[in-house]
Amino acid sequence: MTIRDGTGGGAVRVGDVLPSLEISITRTLVVAGAIASRDYQDVHHDAEAARRKGSPDIFMNILTTNGLVGRYVTDHFGSGAVLRGVAIRLGAPNHPGDTMVLTGVVEDVRDDTVTVRVVGANGLGRHVTGTVTVTVTAPVPVPVPVPAPEAGAVPGAGAGAGGAAVRSAEEAPS
Amino acid sequence: MNSRRPDGGCDGNGGSGSGSGNDSGNDSGNGGGDAERRREREYEDVYARLKAYEGRAAAVAGVGKDPVNEPMIRHWCEATGDTNPAYAGPDAVAPPTMLQVWTMGGLSGHGERSGAYDELLGLLDGAGYTAVVATDCEQEYLRPLRPGDRITFDAVIESVSERKTTRLGTGYFVTTRTEVRAGGRLAGTHRFRILKYVPAKQRRKDGEREAGKSRTGHTSHTSHAGRTDCTGRGAAGSGAATRPVRPRPVVNRDNAGFWEGVSRHRLLIQRCTECGTPRFPWLPGCNSCGCPEWDTVETAGEGTVYSYVVMHHPPFPAFDPPYAVGLVELAEGVRIISNVVGVPHDRVRIGMPVRLEFERVDEELELPVFRPVGADGS
Repeated sequence: MTIRDGTGGGAVRVGDVLPSLEISITRTLVVAGAIASRDYQDVHHDAEAARRKGSPDIFMNILTTNGLVGRYVTDHFGSGAVLRGVAIRLGAPNHPGDTMVLTGVVEDVRDDTVTVRVVGANGLGRHVTGTVTVTVTAPVPVPVPVPAPEAGAVPGAGAGAGGAAVRSAEEAPS
Repeated sequence: MNSRRPDGGCDGNGGSGSGSGNDSGNDSGNGGGDAERRREREYEDVYARLKAYEGRAAAVAGVGKDPVNEPMIRHWCEATGDTNPAYAGPDAVAPPTMLQVWTMGGLSGHGERSGAYDELLGLLDGAGYTAVVATDCEQEYLRPLRPGDRITFDAVIESVSERKTTRLGTGYFVTTRTEVRAGGRLAGTHRFRILKYVPAKQRRKDGEREAGKSRTGHTSHTSHAGRTDCTGRGAAGSGAATRPVRPRPVVNRDNAGFWEGVSRHRLLIQRCTECGTPRFPWLPGCNSCGCPEWDTVETAGEGTVYSYVVMHHPPFPAFDPPYAVGLVELAEGVRIISNVVGVPHDRVRIGMPVRLEFERVDEELELPVFRPVGADGS
């Protein structure tokens, strides 16, 4: 089958570049991520303790990074996408005040399975590098109204997400 | 498992920062041969004991403290900003990346972790590798987890690496593999790697950075002492605030004459007494003819930048990136690696004429460095 991404962008091909996702590393995000993952290590919420251990500030835990990397890929491929695997390696820590930019490139497409190479870079360097494997089944067509072609319409108008979603729904095997 | 794990540090194989010529960026050579050999034996002993834990259980019949549940899923999605509709509503599944969350001990800790895993960590703590960071997480998701699922898990110590020197310091990578089950059926696997290492010393910035060099993030980045002096239980939490020092050169019989020359502000080059070939860095024999006899010539100190790199990352202790590391070709025909100083890092160029000078780095250490001709450093 031909896999289509959830953005209506057409068939997924090796080498496709995912739109980047910028994530502000706020203190709130670091702490909320740690607590939501039940990780009470003090270096993820207590700046004083983090400094005593040689870090300039608290830093994001690996579970939160894992969640953000997974979200980045499923956001792109849409609601038909299911995570099958996430493998990450951490590099430079995510401290509050920094920004992490996630980028991804499709590394492999096989049957309904897409492998995406993901990099998350912050002001210090690469925070995370990894691979996400996701199965992409036919996306549930989102009922987006297609602009009716009218005389005098701007050429190409309507060929955005709406038009593509319809096209992909038509071609997708059930 | 792994509730003691402060995650999110760094990995990578940092070598030396870049001192000059014979800096190894590694262990101090001050201890002399006997101490070095004794430490090596201790390392080997520790390693053999660590390896014995491979294959042993890290957690046996662990039970998730909470069943998979909607509130924890929602809190996770709020934190990560995940609005995927699959994770909400009556048919919700848990985000697969929450796999490890269901096994976490939380504030009340773990009851099910095996003795072997705690022993292994204790052994590392006792050998001075008291700091820990998570470096890798590899998960496979076989079945979706749904609210109400009861979680059980078993984990095994998959491997203990050889001692590695990374940018954070020297230590051992410990890899565990956990099988997570829901209602007794395998739902996912989780490979987790931590680095247990000699804890970092706190870094103090001294404000010597040249104006305009500061980059967001770099100025406040943790640096971790890369020294591998294994001095027992570490200083994590001690609040020690000593400024990290440059790596000490390893001085041995083969290069002692070089460092003795540096101490007298003379940069000495070896010269083969048989064929006259100059050589640098110092070596026991001639690369051209193999002759072990040599004498020295003092460089006049004139050279050109043969090549260079600019170090941005990672920031090693006692170094303030970005800075330029040059391969300087001396007029006498040998090349030496050192810092190019007195010029912005992005102005260093191949072919740039430079002149030797000696820079006092700290009370104990002076290094030969190179300054572009005409840049008098004023």
